[in-house]
Amino acid sequence: MKKYWKSLEERKQEPGKARAGQEHEVLAKQEIIDFLEKGGDQIRPGRRDFLKFCGFGVATAAVVSSCKNPVNKAIPYLVKPEDVNPGESEYYATSFFDGRDLGNLVVKVRDGRPVKIEGNDKCPVMQGGTTARLQASLYSLYDQATRLKAARINGKDCSMDDLDRDITARLEQAAAQGKKTALLTATIISPGILAAIESLKTRHPGLYHITYDALSFSGIRLAHKVAFGQDGIPSCHFDKAKVIVGVNCDFLGNWLSPVEYSRQYATARRMSGNKPEMALHYQVESCLSLTGSNADVRIPLKPSEEGGFLKALYNYLLTEYGNPADHSHRINPAEIGEALLRHRGQSLVVSGSNSPEIQILVAGINHLLGNYGSTLTFGDQLLTGRGDDAAVGKLLRDIESGDTTGLILYQVNPVYDHFEGERFLTALKKLNFSLSSSPYSNETTAGCSHLCPDDHYLEAWGDHHPKENLYSLAQPLIPRLFNTRSFLESLLKWSGDTSDAQAFIRSHWEKHCYPRQERFQSFESFWVNSLQEGVFTLPAAEPTFSLSEETMARAGSNIPADGKGYEVALYESIGLGDGRQTNNPWLLELPDPVSKVCWDNYAALSPATAKALNVTQGDLLKIGDKLVLPVLLQPGQAASTVGIALGFGRTEAGKAGSGVGKNAWPLVSLTGDCFSYSLDNVMLAKEAGTHVFAQTQMHHSMEGRPIIRETTLDAYSKDPAAGNEMHEKIEKHHVTLYPEQEFPVHHWGMAIDFNACTGCSSCVVGCQAENNIPVIGKEEVGKKRLMHWIRVDRYYSGDEENPEVLFQPLMCQHCDHAPCENVCPVAATTHSNEGLNQMAYNRCIGTKYCINNCPYKVRRFNWFRYNDNPEFAFGTENALGKMLLNPDVTVRERGVVEKCSLCVQRIQEGKLKAKKEGRLLKDGEITPACAQACPSKAIVFGDLNDPESEVSKLFRNPRNYYLLEELHTLPSVGYLTKVSHRAGNTEDQHSH
Amino acid sequence: MYKTSIRGPLVLGDKTFGQISSDIITPIDSKLPAWWKVAFLISLIAAAWGVWAMYITVRYGIGTWNVNNSVGWGWEIINFVWWIGIGHAGTAFSIFLLILRQRWRTSINRAAEAMTVFAVGCAAIYPAIHMGRVWLAFFIIPYPNTRGPLWVNFNSPLFWDFIAISAYLLISASFWYFGMVPDFATIRDRATSKIKKAVYGFFAFGWTGSSKQWLKYEALSFVLGGIAAVLVVSVHSIVSTDFASSVIPGWHATLFPPYFVVGAIFSGFAMVMTLMIIIRKLYKFHDYVTDSHLNAIAKILIFISLIMGTAYATEVFMAWYSGNPYEMFTFFHNRITGDYTFHFWAMVVCNAIIPQLFWFKKIRRNLTWAFIISLIINLGMWYERFNIIVTSLSKDYLPSSWTTYHPTWVEIGIYVGTLGIFTAGVLLFFKYIPMIAISEVKGVLKYGKENRNHSH
Repeated sequence: MKKYWKSLEERKQEPGKARAGQEHEVLAKQEIIDFLEKGGDQIRPGRRDFLKFCGFGVATAAVVSSCKNPVNKAIPYLVKPEDVNPGESEYYATSFFDGRDLGNLVVKVRDGRPVKIEGNDKCPVMQGGTTARLQASLYSLYDQATRLKAARINGKDCSMDDLDRDITARLEQAAAQGKKTALLTATIISPGILAAIESLKTRHPGLYHITYDALSFSGIRLAHKVAFGQDGIPSCHFDKAKVIVGVNCDFLGNWLSPVEYSRQYATARRMSGNKPEMALHYQVESCLSLTGSNADVRIPLKPSEEGGFLKALYNYLLTEYGNPADHSHRINPAEIGEALLRHRGQSLVVSGSNSPEIQILVAGINHLLGNYGSTLTFGDQLLTGRGDDAAVGKLLRDIESGDTTGLILYQVNPVYDHFEGERFLTALKKLNFSLSSSPYSNETTAGCSHLCPDDHYLEAWGDHHPKENLYSLAQPLIPRLFNTRSFLESLLKWSGDTSDAQAFIRSHWEKHCYPRQERFQSFESFWVNSLQEGVFTLPAAEPTFSLSEETMARAGSNIPADGKGYEVALYESIGLGDGRQTNNPWLLELPDPVSKVCWDNYAALSPATAKALNVTQGDLLKIGDKLVLPVLLQPGQAASTVGIALGFGRTEAGKAGSGVGKNAWPLVSLTGDCFSYSLDNVMLAKEAGTHVFAQTQMHHSMEGRPIIRETTLDAYSKDPAAGNEMHEKIEKHHVTLYPEQEFPVHHWGMAIDFNACTGCSSCVVGCQAENNIPVIGKEEVGKKRLMHWIRVDRYYSGDEENPEVLFQPLMCQHCDHAPCENVCPVAATTHSNEGLNQMAYNRCIGTKYCINNCPYKVRRFNWFRYNDNPEFAFGTENALGKMLLNPDVTVRERGVVEKCSLCVQRIQEGKLKAKKEGRLLKDGEITPACAQACPSKAIVFGDLNDPESEVSKLFRNPRNYYLLEELHTLPSVGYLTKVSHRAGNTEDQHSH
Repeated sequence: MYKTSIRGPLVLGDKTFGQISSDIITPIDSKLPAWWKVAFLISLIAAAWGVWAMYITVRYGIGTWNVNNSVGWGWEIINFVWWIGIGHAGTAFSIFLLILRQRWRTSINRAAEAMTVFAVGCAAIYPAIHMGRVWLAFFIIPYPNTRGPLWVNFNSPLFWDFIAISAYLLISASFWYFGMVPDFATIRDRATSKIKKAVYGFFAFGWTGSSKQWLKYEALSFVLGGIAAVLVVSVHSIVSTDFASSVIPGWHATLFPPYFVVGAIFSGFAMVMTLMIIIRKLYKFHDYVTDSHLNAIAKILIFISLIMGTAYATEVFMAWYSGNPYEMFTFFHNRITGDYTFHFWAMVVCNAIIPQLFWFKKIRRNLTWAFIISLIINLGMWYERFNIIVTSLSKDYLPSSWTTYHPTWVEIGIYVGTLGIFTAGVLLFFKYIPMIAISEVKGVLKYGKENRNHSH
């Protein structure tokens, strides 16, 4: 290289001795010059460079290959089963009865696994409705931790054959010794199982069958036996009633057949056509129940006053009929009595009491009013509630005396839900053998020597005979997941019958059901049809009967006087019922429709009672001598009473349900031959400590805002838009700066009728099951992070001690001017040309701005990774639990926002189906999960572009309005004002 | 023409140019004082807590905070707006006072601008960390892509925010940096150690101080200043549209853009005051940051405080006058009374009432009082953001979703962390960058004195 110099000074300088400050410049220049002179190709990698590259290469390969991709197992069919088309859903009818809840269902099966429970609209009784518990019953199929997986003898797993040999030997040994074996079951309505029990009894003469229902309806059954000689529970027809009186009877929530009654009740209360007419509903009750929340007039009463009040009502009616009798009571029966008398034969009085005396009075009242044959019928009587309340006590004595040495249990859990549960557990130890046939572990299976795991109902054949004129079939929808066997098959096995359950039921139906019908000419077509439709109905024949004055008088004289002191009223919660499904996180996280508390039971006290006891919400209250429960201030709880939900406090329920709440079953007592679910003269004392509830709604007043608009029937008959004057005013001001949105093909909309909605929350669980909504647990719910896409808001108004209650199911309103859409920076939520507000989960970065800007607060955020996370072990953390997930709906990642999509997957499915068949979509063909689950059909979905669709008609109804319509968000969900007989409910509604 | 007869001399003491250089560069050349080390350690501990909290947030999710289905934004957005507000001071000082020909800014603008950069940097952490999926934050950048192409939502205030903040951060940092170039050259020239010379030499960008360079420097200052002037107003206006363009009662107000800009300048000036009192005290810059400087800031604070009071009153008045029941509820039942009474009144007292004490010359001149009040103002401004964000969200349209909000340790941690990062940054600034613009102070050395000499 030639050296250029600028000055002599520089020339003289030795290289490397550049003037300070110049050195680096010179070096840099040198490098560039070197490079230019040599040219790029002359720089060859040396040994060091080779090693560098080599090292880098190895490190990269190591790092990249150590990033393990998750392995997902997807095993294709080698031979495709005939009925299974990958990616396509099949729907099968089946039916459900777990000893407590009754359901006729259609089950969605995807790729051989049930993923969703729906109501069977072919069933004339249920008409497609379900309860929250029925919707949730799918969960337990995939409950990895709780399901019993193999037969077990004394804690050791064994084969079914070993178990059968052992049991048969023990049964025979007992018979040889002259000892008895008891078969303790809940009410069995399966003709198949009943027949199998009979044959088992024939085979083993020492066997006797007793029926035990923890939540008993024996009072009403016995009353009808005594009063009319009819050993059964009449069917109620609320739809035919003009006046409904419920006395401590939650017929919309838990009493007998709530799905049926919800539908009937909605029919009686719905404003249909131009008939301004609706049933008048009185509710006299201790705890503010779901039913009481819907009543026009609600009167709080203590449980012990129930008999006295009904006696007074009966006597009042007698007086009016010309037989003067004393009808004085704290609660004057005159108003109710008069209303009943105005509608003789078209009224209905129901009581939730389990006392035969009280139920005789109720029967007497209905009989006086001529309701039997119209609103109460025996031709289609219910065959549930066959329990003998005294049986367990007798069984315990037999075991303790050594008469009975063997015990077979089915669908019962007396260790938990009998008030002598502990004694029962001790007694189990005395037995030669105790066998439980249960699909899940529970408190009783924990004490049993033998376990013969039952199939889940979705794995087994079965049949049900829930009503005199109604039969239903149950079919397996998935092969057995574990080494289980249905109870029916076990019975058959032990009685030496070699036929399987399907063949047995089939032949039973051929013998007993087929001859009773005339529609089908061959048994095969009858069987196939019954299986497809799930149900088989017969015409009902109404028996005739009379009631003797003497019976009434005797019943009347047995009514105890009103109780003293504080009283406890036990009730079943909407979510958990009697506690069979307490390990079901969907139900645990379902907020109680009235109190809005989830994951807990509590001592419900009215604010005044709490004040008198000097306690507030969250304080601990000792009830009697054992039970300590946190206090919940429950407006509407009758004064001096404590309401406590049963079904909580399980110890062996499983991961989710154990230890949630306290067990209130020990407070049940046996009065006469029937269980009594209330106590009087209870000592209440404040305990040290506090408790935090997970309550999903903290504020209970509408603050005078026009959120739920209501009116009276009188006002409605004068002007159908009564209470909804605002709507027209706001519609007049409809103006927009932007071009009106166009929905060229469909414009999906939903209408919700407040007169039909009872607030039962079955839509909430239906939606949860359909849309893979995660359960997040008590702590997270307490942080107000409930993930439900549809919630039921509940508002109180009026008197704190006896408020009026309003319910509002609320999901994404799919606003055409959606505040959430324009604020999302990444356009993750947009409007479809069918009017849907859609979420692109993949695009969402989780700024939560849309959550803030939603005036309805229906958007939900995935605060954590709920799926596949052991911290949220509510099913989806294990492989089996993941089978619960609906493959049609994306499982959301942590950090994204989600919300109701109006079941876009169902819309898409419906549209594709119509397209494949080359036809237009029919109105009502697409039903979102909430609307499907609704027992009262309060939610109507359809296309607003079709002027003849049901939803369009409802949108044109003068009662229709949009929530917060003054914001001009233009929701696609309409609400129909609530019309009721409630007086003065318009006072502070429209002041703005 | 910039001569000031009312304010007196801008630089006290008979300083020569050389004295000024050495005075200001002394902290850079001298050893680290003990208090600096202690303060830096505390800052680092705070920052470490913040880093831990941010790690927890990113590792486990936003669920580690206490925000919920109704209150979707909590401390993170409060602190974001708070920091952005503080970050207004530097640019506001440099630009507005430049436009208003207030040459007294020269002693202060460097520190104020430094503060701006650190504050805006701290603020910028929050929009990122509050995202559910921060690893996809780049979705907010409108870049050509193969997804359609899928663009961002240009209608979203959050997108405007992103543009406004990044532009502001870029411009403020450039403005600050270019302002420092001549000073870096001064240090380079005076430096004795090789490393120092190299580092400052690098940052001095080859500055020689030639007239040509000064000419270009002035031109660039004007261009950047011109852009920054607009950004000062736009950035907080746009931040305010996050709220103003929503439908939430208490947010949906046309008052918000000016209200936010003024509020931001308020908190920025208060923070400048805090910082200048500290600098003056610790580095004995009494001759440069004179009483009259602080006096001027205090006077500005009185004025802004009055505007703040007016804004609060206007908000309340509008809630009543509009007849909107939701607004009425938010202001009268969730702020003036109700769950958040304390926060509302803390805001009013701290921002609208206490600064009025500066009307008294004694308080204005008393550095202890001035220092305390400057801190109170920043506390008040924090409460203002709490009021706006939390109270509005906690009780909006449907009472069924009403709730309350309290932060978790993670949220507090992130806040403390940004405080730590900020103070650490400021401490580094103390040590490594001339705290006062040497070249500019030299330019105003004669003002006041010259004038007085003439009058005598």
